[in-house]
Amino acid sequence: MSKAVSVLNGARFSGLATVEDAGLQGMITLRGDLGSKTLKAAVKAATGAEVPAQGSISVAENGAAAWMSPDELLLLVPYEDAVAKTAEVAEALKGEHALAVNVSDARAFFRLSGEGAREVLGKVSPVDFDAAAFKPGQFRRSRLAQVAGAFWLNDDGNFYIVCFRSVGEYVFKLLSAGAHPQSKVGVY
Amino acid sequence: MLILECPYCGVKAEETELAAGGEAHLKRYGPGSSDDEFHDYLFMRENPKGVHFERWRHANGCGKWFHAARCTMTLEVFGTYTAQTSVPTQEILDKIAAKRPGWTWREFADGKK
Repeated sequence: MSKAVSVLNGARFSGLATVEDAGLQGMITLRGDLGSKTLKAAVKAATGAEVPAQGSISVAENGAAAWMSPDELLLLVPYEDAVAKTAEVAEALKGEHALAVNVSDARAFFRLSGEGAREVLGKVSPVDFDAAAFKPGQFRRSRLAQVAGAFWLNDDGNFYIVCFRSVGEYVFKLLSAGAHPQSKVGVY
Repeated sequence: MLILECPYCGVKAEETELAAGGEAHLKRYGPGSSDDEFHDYLFMRENPKGVHFERWRHANGCGKWFHAARCTMTLEVFGTYTAQTSVPTQEILDKIAAKRPGWTWREFADGKK
């Protein structure tokens, strides 16, 4: 088995905010009827989290479930468990019209922390990051300059950003440029 | 800047998050139709000054298709509604009738169901 490495292997940039490669993260794409009891139970068993409400993420101790669309969730699990958990979820949903796929290695995962985090993300995404508009627990799929990306604000005040691994380097450089120490706008 | 509310994820998405999908509620004429019908289905599109119905996709978001009713002249958006329909919903028709009495678009018009 080859050694798994995250997209930028722990790269880090510090400026208005700190941009970090958040390392390997197990991610499972789950599509199905989000109202179904079987699916709710499977999500709970795999992540410990409830099925989230529209536009939000529910975080548990060892996993999380994020709302991607009316029929899609992103399950976050420890990287080592992703393969086993995907199989578990698929097994639990047998007979349902649902699909679970392990996408851990197809994604890049970043953490954006520090005071300027809202501003840095606000520069590259068409989303209102005012403290009153974007609250902890909110999850949003949108655009990071030219590529698709999703992000949420954690309870600890850090933003977590998920994007395709193929554009991981682009997103890291984009956020780093946005966090350039002399580029403060001071909106948020 | 056009801002449409995606009826599937409730997000007020601005234009750069969306992909335009052309005219809404086209009736497809396939095998068995006349050449004229097929020609009109392929090529003839509305180009109204005023009320217009369009398809949009929340491309940088939930990825779902939806419909939007808006005014091409003022960019006023009357509303967005589900893609799972071949005619505008009554709620949308009522909203348009309230703001643009006497409007008409293809086979749809004020007061016509």
